[in-house]
Amino acid sequence: MPNFHRKLERSAIGFVVAIIVVSSIGGFVEIAPLFTIDETVEKAPDMRVYTPLELAGRNIYVREGCYACHSQMIRTLRDEVERYGPYSLAVESQYDHPMLWGSKRTGPDLARIGGKYSDAWQVAHLRNPRDVVPVSVMPAYRWLEDNTLRTEDLGLHLKAMSRVGVPYTQAMIDNATNDAYGQANPDSNFAAGVVERYGEATNIRAFDGEPGRVTEMDALVAYLQILGKLTNAATAANVAIKE
Amino acid sequence: MIAGLTKGERQLSLAVLTVLALCGLAFAAIGHDDPIGTHGFIILLVAIGLACVVIAGYYAPEPDKEQLSRYYDDPTRAGIVLAMAWAVFGLFFGVWVAALLAWPELTFDAAWSSFGRIRPVHTTGVIFGFGGNALIATSLHVLQRTTRARLPDQFSPWFVLIGYNLFCVLAVSGYFMGLTQSKEYAEAEWYADIWLVIVWVVYFLIYIRTLQRRKEPHIYVANWYYMAFILVVAILHIVNNLAVPVSFGHAKSYSLFSGVQDAMTQWWYGHNAVAFFLTAGFLGMMYYYLPKRAGRPIFSYRLSIISFWGIVFMYMWAGSHHLHYTALPQWVQTLGMTFSVILLVPSWASAGNALATLNGAWGKVRDDATLRFMMVAAVFYGLSTFEGSFMAIRAVNSLSHYTDWTIGHVHAGALGWVAMISFGSIYALVPWMWKRERMYSSKLIEVHFWLALAGTVVYVFSMWNSGIIQGLMWRTYNESGTLAYSFVDSLVAMHPYYIARTFGGLLFLLGALVGCYNIWMTIRQAGGRVVLQGPDVDEPALAPIALQAGE
Repeated sequence: MPNFHRKLERSAIGFVVAIIVVSSIGGFVEIAPLFTIDETVEKAPDMRVYTPLELAGRNIYVREGCYACHSQMIRTLRDEVERYGPYSLAVESQYDHPMLWGSKRTGPDLARIGGKYSDAWQVAHLRNPRDVVPVSVMPAYRWLEDNTLRTEDLGLHLKAMSRVGVPYTQAMIDNATNDAYGQANPDSNFAAGVVERYGEATNIRAFDGEPGRVTEMDALVAYLQILGKLTNAATAANVAIKE
Repeated sequence: MIAGLTKGERQLSLAVLTVLALCGLAFAAIGHDDPIGTHGFIILLVAIGLACVVIAGYYAPEPDKEQLSRYYDDPTRAGIVLAMAWAVFGLFFGVWVAALLAWPELTFDAAWSSFGRIRPVHTTGVIFGFGGNALIATSLHVLQRTTRARLPDQFSPWFVLIGYNLFCVLAVSGYFMGLTQSKEYAEAEWYADIWLVIVWVVYFLIYIRTLQRRKEPHIYVANWYYMAFILVVAILHIVNNLAVPVSFGHAKSYSLFSGVQDAMTQWWYGHNAVAFFLTAGFLGMMYYYLPKRAGRPIFSYRLSIISFWGIVFMYMWAGSHHLHYTALPQWVQTLGMTFSVILLVPSWASAGNALATLNGAWGKVRDDATLRFMMVAAVFYGLSTFEGSFMAIRAVNSLSHYTDWTIGHVHAGALGWVAMISFGSIYALVPWMWKRERMYSSKLIEVHFWLALAGTVVYVFSMWNSGIIQGLMWRTYNESGTLAYSFVDSLVAMHPYYIARTFGGLLFLLGALVGCYNIWMTIRQAGGRVVLQGPDVDEPALAPIALQAGE
């Protein structure tokens, strides 16, 4: 070996090629099959996409770096399933560009937080976490209520998402801005369109407690309330295993 | 700076800066209602500022033949200064972000200072700002000395250094504004990522062009590592950052991959950023500066070969150990675990090779804090690679994952290994680069050493404690078979450790400040340039190198 290597280290190009080849093998073997084999991503016919308001909320979740302290991946361990709910399936994040599985739990896992608390609790908690959880170390996000949500470009966001493979229809893309308004204003004319395009189960409420202006608080709470609710595949799978 | 460039290179600089300014202007115009517009203005200002510098020095005399036959060290000097500045910046934000977990009101009610925004400021500041600049500065130095060839031209090293720092500035200023891809250690948005690819290609070309002109038949082991660092980081960076921007006027983009494929790609990137940025690059540093400072040849050439190819091959399989018990298929988890455990062999081969090199020079380790920095770095490298292999075992990971133990492990590597080998190398390099006999104060190097070591130990021990307590509390059941602790119970238990880790980080920051002062005073030292003699001589150009890997 040393003799072969002595030859190799006399050639810069040879060395470069050797590094590229040797280092590429691992990633190729582990990543490439994930795109083809069936067991990586289950089928979930009931899976729906994020509404424009939820997607905007997700983008705020990303912007504020919530993923740095909250995971969205319940592992297949007894204590996690008992604490957070059914373990996470691959299909549940199939429309997550990027995924937000996280790597650290300074705060609790949020994969199934949707519906666990009321909108009012979420708003109070985001306004100042220590008002509702006195020992919390989470930052206060008071300004979310003051910031008007930027909605006029949501169609472009949906279009970009459809380019990377999320099945948004042309109607969804065209109506994105109105749908964002409608979802946060149940009494408006735009609310019906949201149900029509995203299904009966969609939450249509004034998430921040105040109809009218759509705020970043509306968007973030709408997103938090849908976490774990896009499909019930996980509940079904967990039940199947217990039986 | 400009005086070192030839006429043609000065014109090339102006041309490149014009293109850069136009790009900045375009972003500022198209993205006027988006944060990308702010970045456009930053790019524009940087380009104009640099153009002023070039124009001011445009008519300075060109470098003569004699100057062009010597090693070209101006970029290395600038890189050292930048590295130390980023160290202070990044460590300061590290202390702040740590303090936020003990005293959450320290955000002062601003959006830019909340934990989620300044955490990537800290990680990017220390990894890419400090670590990256230290790697670029030392690699350009080591490359010339071990090939006995001058850098191929004067323009491209400046392009790499300044371009790279522009990337860091775009990344960090973006996080303050809330621009992030949310991919850990790859948070910068699409346009900054594209810029980094351009910079990186030029960096690679510098390396390969210099190697092609080398006057040594063999490529020295330090350069193997630097090359692996440059090449593999490029592969990782490009694949993990594939994304579709919302529009050219939007900073926001959506990653090409989703869900489980995205998770695997991200941690294939994330773990190998550790491997090829924070390990391979700094091993390159170690393989040059440690033997040089100790005055001993590398202990074993065979061990260098085994550990190098072991690291290049095996690390790329290990990323999936970040995803144990998740929705990732189990065979991928098992492969990742297996390779992570085997990785201990090449890792300890490197650590052992470094420590065995010091045999016969332990007296120097005792007396010379610079060499002691490098020795302790090798020890921490051995410790944290052992810990890493251990934590990759699925059963251990079920406890350690999601807890502060991971943070402790990362900092054992980042503070103990990466920062210590960098400080050691910089202390060795500064007197050579500024033609001084020695550093301004060896006592201050001692002070820095002990502050850094104490800070690291306090930090790592507090995170081990908090992480293991956290992991145990989450899985403890009471007699009736229900979970014994709420999440908030575990949070309360962390409080004293969060204070301790902030204190540890503060010690480390103080050490870096002492180092900055010492380096600054060395540069400014009265008496000016002295003629160097003895084993520490780094000049003149084209002298035979003292150390070849040999058995």
